[in-house]
Amino acid sequence: MLIGAVLSGLIFGLYFTLVGLGLNLVFGVMRIVNLAHGDFLMLGAFAAFWAFHLFGLHPLVAAAAVLVVFVVIGLPLYYLVVPRLQQARDAEMLSIILFFGLAQMIEAATTIAFGTSERSIPGRVLGTGPVMLLGQRLPSAWVFGAAVSAVAVAGVYLYLYQTRLGRLTRAVMVSRDEALATGIDVHRVSAIAFGIGIGLAGIAGVFAPFMLGSVTPAIGPEINVAAFAVIVVGTLGNPLGTVLGGIVYGVSLMLMQTYLSSWANLLPNLLLIAVLLTRPEGLLGRKVRRA
Amino acid sequence: MKLRVGDAVLAAAVVALMAVLPSVYSNELLLFNFVMFLTLSQGLNILYGFTGYLPFGYVGFFGAGAYGFAIAVMNYGAGPLPAMLIAAAAAVILALVLMPLLRLSGAYFAIASLAAAQAVYQVISNPALEQVTKGPYGVSLTGVFAPRLSYYVAVGIMAGTFALVVWLRNSRFGLALQAIREDTVSAGMAGVSVVRFRTVAWLLSALVAGLVGGVFAWHISVFYPDTAFDVGISIFATVFTLFGGATTLTGPLLGVAILYGVYNAIGITVPQYFQLIYGTLIVGLVMFLPNGLVSLLTRRGIRVP
Repeated sequence: MLIGAVLSGLIFGLYFTLVGLGLNLVFGVMRIVNLAHGDFLMLGAFAAFWAFHLFGLHPLVAAAAVLVVFVVIGLPLYYLVVPRLQQARDAEMLSIILFFGLAQMIEAATTIAFGTSERSIPGRVLGTGPVMLLGQRLPSAWVFGAAVSAVAVAGVYLYLYQTRLGRLTRAVMVSRDEALATGIDVHRVSAIAFGIGIGLAGIAGVFAPFMLGSVTPAIGPEINVAAFAVIVVGTLGNPLGTVLGGIVYGVSLMLMQTYLSSWANLLPNLLLIAVLLTRPEGLLGRKVRRA
Repeated sequence: MKLRVGDAVLAAAVVALMAVLPSVYSNELLLFNFVMFLTLSQGLNILYGFTGYLPFGYVGFFGAGAYGFAIAVMNYGAGPLPAMLIAAAAAVILALVLMPLLRLSGAYFAIASLAAAQAVYQVISNPALEQVTKGPYGVSLTGVFAPRLSYYVAVGIMAGTFALVVWLRNSRFGLALQAIREDTVSAGMAGVSVVRFRTVAWLLSALVAGLVGGVFAWHISVFYPDTAFDVGISIFATVFTLFGGATTLTGPLLGVAILYGVYNAIGITVPQYFQLIYGTLIVGLVMFLPNGLVSLLTRRGIRVP
């Protein structure tokens, strides 16, 4: 039972890394809080749902399409909102309120369009029969979701550390002002990071029906709390710390569900408060705070 | 303290209006909801407007008050007025427990306070505590049901809260709080006791929410944890305050009158359209009018109560 809990914890940890990654990238680069992150994830889930039920598209195809579309939406959204926000005295605080408003708009529009019923995609789409791992039977949809998450995380790592644009992005994360002074086009770098952040939320959304069972237009806030727990545990502003946060979150969630199931939904909240109060800089601490 | 007359007159006028309305308008529940949100947004204004801390989890204190009242009545057979004291105490105790959250700032505080409110909700609604809180099945307090009396108690709490805001706006204490909000270090250097002042504002703000929660439990008398800890309550109070303009008395009043009015006109039948409208309003507000409606006047140099 313990092995099973830890193993499924690792799998969900990888998935929750993907859930938090985009939020953390946006915060790390722009120092704004995208409180509509959970709602972009929800939109990704609905896109996957309709792509499957209308056209029979495989979630992988849907994920690729969602990534492209979301990045394309993210770029103009950035220029529309963020530069104006960053002129404000307390941009971080105002960003919470602004993106909260955006989250409300997305949730309301989705509810108007599709109603409040729960949507799901049958798990057999991602392979039939359980996967045997260390003598544990795991649903193959979970393993698939975790694998895609791992690929996405690796992709972000390659982007940040192996491309020129990624190097510029890290420069902006370390110091926005100095980056500006060295002639980096901060807005261009930030806009791309914003697009990628939303795109990652979309990919996480495509696999949400499999990992979370079903989705409704109202899941945004819940996802936000989980994503925040993950990225705060794994150091806010450090995209790669998210992996550690995701795994701590996933494993402790599964351990709670196995041994103390009636209190399991308390976990994200308690973890978040506990880490914020004891180590607000995250588990990785200051030394590796910035990418 | 130099009291500006406008503040006191406005506060007294609204209190008088809400006290008289039940005798000419029969939908008492609607009036009660207005009183509730008028008070809650001013309570939130005490914290957000004067210290800059935005408590997304403000509803946690409201819920603690409601359940403090309910548990006192259900499990200890308390009368409504002693139960109101328990409601206030529950919220203040919760605020004391959550005081370490004040070490966080900005976004961290907002999110941590939301997480704290959710945690309290999950404890209270947990089926394992059914003996004490009735868990997710809700409470029924029909024994103390007194709609008229509880309405006037709510108006009394509203009057007290308005007085508190007027005092903050006209006292050295309120000025010190705003100095802390603007620049903590400078305020500290000028001799303002940053931690103590901030704590007082936090406790006062929680006290208001706890009292409103208690009187809500009394007036409604049958409710569920989902109702008492509905994050929508935090959201409404926040949006109303921001929409009108924080740190003023007028702002939150305007916000409630306009937005909650619109909500009752269209929001109850088609909530998602209302949600769409207020989402759009929030985005537009932050982009174009970050200091609320009253800033249309204040930036022309006109003083608003």
